[in-house]
Amino acid sequence: MAQPFVKKDDDLDEEEEYSPFYGIEKGAVLQEARVFHDPQLDARRCSQVITKLLYLLNQGETFTKVEATEVFFAVTKLFQSKDTVLRRMVYLMIKELSPSADEVIIVTSSLMKDMNSKTDMYRANAIRVLCRITDSTLLTQIERYLKQAIVDKNPVVASAALVSGVHLLQTNSEIVKRWSNEVQEAVQSRAALVQFHALALLHQIRQNDRLAVSKLVTSLTKGSVRSPLAQCLLIRYTSQVIRESSMNTQAGERPFFDYLESCLRHKSEMVVFEAARAITELSGVTSRELTPAITVLQLFLSSSKPVLRFAAIRTLNKVASTHPLAVTNCNIDMESLISDQNRSIATLAITTLLKTGNESSVDRLMKQITNFMSDIADEFKIVVVEAIRSLCLKFPLKYRSMMNFLSNILREEGGFDYKKAIVDSIVILIRDIPDAKEIGLFHLCEFIEDCEFTYLSTQILHFLGNEGPKTSDPSKYIRYIYNRVILENATVRASAVSTLAKFGAMVDSLKPRIFVLLRRCLFDSDDEVRDRATLYLNTLVSDASVGGTDEDVKDFLFGPLDVPLVNLETSLRNYEASDIPFDITSVPKEVKSQPLAEKKAPGKKAIGLGAPPSGPTSVVDAYEKLLSSIPEFSSFGKLFKSCSPMELTEPETEYAVNVVKHIFDGHVVFQYNCTNTIPEQLLEKVTVFVDASEAEEFSEVLTKPLQSLPYDSPGQTFVAFEKPEGVPAIGKFSNLLKFVVKEVDPATGEADEEGVEDEYQLEDLEIVAADYMLKVGVSNFKNAWENLDPDNERIDEYGLGVKESLAETVSAVIDILGMQPCEGTEVVPNNSRSHTCLLSGIFIGNVKVLVRVSFGIDGSKQVAMKLAVRSEDPDISEKIHEIVAEG
Amino acid sequence: MAAPDSCPSIKNILLLDSEGKRVAVKYYSDDWPTLSAKLAFEKSVFTKTQKTNARTEAEIVMFDGYIVVYKFIQDLHFFVTGGDDENELILATVLQGFFDAVGLLLRNNVDKRTALENLDLILLCLDEIIDGGIILETEASIIAGKVATHGLDGAASLSEQTITQALATAREHLARSLLK
Repeated sequence: MAQPFVKKDDDLDEEEEYSPFYGIEKGAVLQEARVFHDPQLDARRCSQVITKLLYLLNQGETFTKVEATEVFFAVTKLFQSKDTVLRRMVYLMIKELSPSADEVIIVTSSLMKDMNSKTDMYRANAIRVLCRITDSTLLTQIERYLKQAIVDKNPVVASAALVSGVHLLQTNSEIVKRWSNEVQEAVQSRAALVQFHALALLHQIRQNDRLAVSKLVTSLTKGSVRSPLAQCLLIRYTSQVIRESSMNTQAGERPFFDYLESCLRHKSEMVVFEAARAITELSGVTSRELTPAITVLQLFLSSSKPVLRFAAIRTLNKVASTHPLAVTNCNIDMESLISDQNRSIATLAITTLLKTGNESSVDRLMKQITNFMSDIADEFKIVVVEAIRSLCLKFPLKYRSMMNFLSNILREEGGFDYKKAIVDSIVILIRDIPDAKEIGLFHLCEFIEDCEFTYLSTQILHFLGNEGPKTSDPSKYIRYIYNRVILENATVRASAVSTLAKFGAMVDSLKPRIFVLLRRCLFDSDDEVRDRATLYLNTLVSDASVGGTDEDVKDFLFGPLDVPLVNLETSLRNYEASDIPFDITSVPKEVKSQPLAEKKAPGKKAIGLGAPPSGPTSVVDAYEKLLSSIPEFSSFGKLFKSCSPMELTEPETEYAVNVVKHIFDGHVVFQYNCTNTIPEQLLEKVTVFVDASEAEEFSEVLTKPLQSLPYDSPGQTFVAFEKPEGVPAIGKFSNLLKFVVKEVDPATGEADEEGVEDEYQLEDLEIVAADYMLKVGVSNFKNAWENLDPDNERIDEYGLGVKESLAETVSAVIDILGMQPCEGTEVVPNNSRSHTCLLSGIFIGNVKVLVRVSFGIDGSKQVAMKLAVRSEDPDISEKIHEIVAEG
Repeated sequence: MAAPDSCPSIKNILLLDSEGKRVAVKYYSDDWPTLSAKLAFEKSVFTKTQKTNARTEAEIVMFDGYIVVYKFIQDLHFFVTGGDDENELILATVLQGFFDAVGLLLRNNVDKRTALENLDLILLCLDEIIDGGIILETEASIIAGKVATHGLDGAASLSEQTITQALATAREHLARSLLK
């Protein structure tokens, strides 16, 4: 079948020289365009020249402004010709040139004449051209004709006007909205496409009026829509109405569902599919509602048309993520799609099967996939690998066959992203399925023996160092690791050295052999490798001789770096070489979310913001420097946390004040950032009078006034409170800004001698429990969780009542606790009914706290929450529960 | 990105040759603002699809958040692109309309050479199918009719021609599906 085509292609190649546009050149064609000016127009010749010009534009050639104007004016001459072909080409050319406003005027009258011509084809095209190039003043002139055209009996003319209306609505919505009577009439047109275009325009005109859209849908779903395209539109609008109405009604029959279901029996596949898709996307769709949609999609799966199969499997794939059981009926059909010619379809089939598969079918499925993997592109392979990973986590007992599969594909050819996806999957499986550890590590070792990606090698070596020593026979990994030191580049060698050291520290029996290997590394050609070897040798050997520091060494090697890398980097940059060694405890631990917040409000100039906008990356450092520069606060000890600024005034008031709460062990300092926004005033002796009557455990110790606050240059005043040491005391404070105001002559900038005392009420501020919590993430939550004493765990359940959504509840709880979400668990997938969020933080007194909080939401939006807290101190665990119970 | 409750929209229509070079292309969205972005898109569409057999039935591929339906004949490759939440069957209908209309206009001599010789017809055909991303017409005989009433040979004979042609195509389709 394919033979004759191939042959034909060959023939063509030989005579490739021939093309009507061979050797075409812009300059020459522009010269040729002079024929447009001929008094005796040769219509045929002119069309040919326009075709050439269009060909050039189509190939990506561009005309300069001058050239375009010249061509445009020449083309306008061609309206003289009565030749129909030429006229069509002129229309095309004008649209392509998209003339400027002053040029448009030249053709307006010609086009308006065509709009009212007797030839329908002229009218339709002239409308489209004119609407494309028109502006609002011109539009009001032709509005009358357009309204007529919408209800014209010729469908082509009506469609042209309606489609133009859709485009014009973007720019001249006021004018187009006046046409809604005509458009409404056109919706009833007998011509299929007119109905489609009219419906699209009518909906866009009314889209912001929910009631009108609902009425439109109600009347049309009764069955006057004939065109399949219009039917598709109506389905879309119907699901929009369902979406919006479902927010109000709680239970019961879904409105318009019958209509959607009836569309499943439409004769056009386009409509059937649109309806099936709409049903699967209904929010909170029930399995009873899904069944008829799944049934038609299942029929599509065995269609001879690839497009139909693709559309069906893609939709089923989405359904399988939320309702895997509803799709299992199609499993047999999907299995046959694995061998589909179209690889997109095959990949979708496989990933859907992986989502719906049950434990017994896993082995068979893996066998089928193995054959399939060799002939698809990397991007598809990654999708499959990820699906397999989640399947394996679902059926941990099947890890053996899946691990084998992963190791097999790891050995085959593939790009970095693909290999990374496989390695990541193996690592995750090792972490979550203890039985899979040894076999998984072994596969990774095999892989680094022949791995071309430095990044992956170092990742694996690091992982091996953490997990390898805990296996039954750690010694078997040493060979693989030391091979890296012999064979690889410096980066990999350095990580191999670190890995060796970890084995040495953990496995006493291996220590002497590790020392031998590390000593060999002392002669490496690379600095980093030698340095690491020296460092590790010293720490490990001294530990052996002195004894008792074993824990320290392990901590050094395995302990997480409990400061964010960015903070460490800034601290190191600021560190000046001197006799005082760099102290890692001086690095702030707060995770900075500041840069993000800055990005969100880029346009918000610091009108009312007292906080210095400089250097958002080092806000915490800046605060610490600022506070330590004030002698009164030096006795408070180390700053535990600075909260982000909170506004105490409405935006654009006379004085803008925000407050930053600084928490110390036994003190709290409020830093009021004040900005004076009145040019005619100078404020002096600015203080904040704080009433702490609603904060019993706090007592004011000192106030540091701001001597002078000139216009638009922010300044700070501080108030310090004492509180019980290490106790997360809470309270509410009301604030009153007090100052002496002096008039300033704007001309000279000089202030009056005399000032008047004045005050200004600020909003209240609160110290809440979250203020005592530092957002500190952990890299591996599971390990961290297991390392904390289970005896300190406190679990309780809470009913939270009716909430809008799960996502909202989760973020509210995170806010109350003020902790750092780990492993991306702050994101709640759409439509999920339960969610587990992992949080970590450091509570005042440097107590590490981990929280595992699970949420569930039922049909009536009742949210329940189970909160498990582990910390280094059982009292703190209790405390966290108190915070939540109060919040 | 188009909202799911909006009008179906077409992002581009491409007609490329067997080496991936342009015969005629038309873009309706700003997703590819520059010529080089357009050419890069065409190149990746072409390379992703060239090994497939899209000669009997339209094929489909999804990448970079676009859905592309395509069909080949002789040394011509037809493509229609939509956003990734578009109804695939609507895109396929547009493709089929374009494909068949070109067949009618070129009287079943659909290859690159004839297409270039009749480039004016191809461009008018594109103009009659989509207007600024909105589907104008999908019925091949109507599209071809609109283009050809202005054809060189005069209107009367052509409308007849169209019908005979349409019948011929239909027969051919039938024969093909029987052979398969």
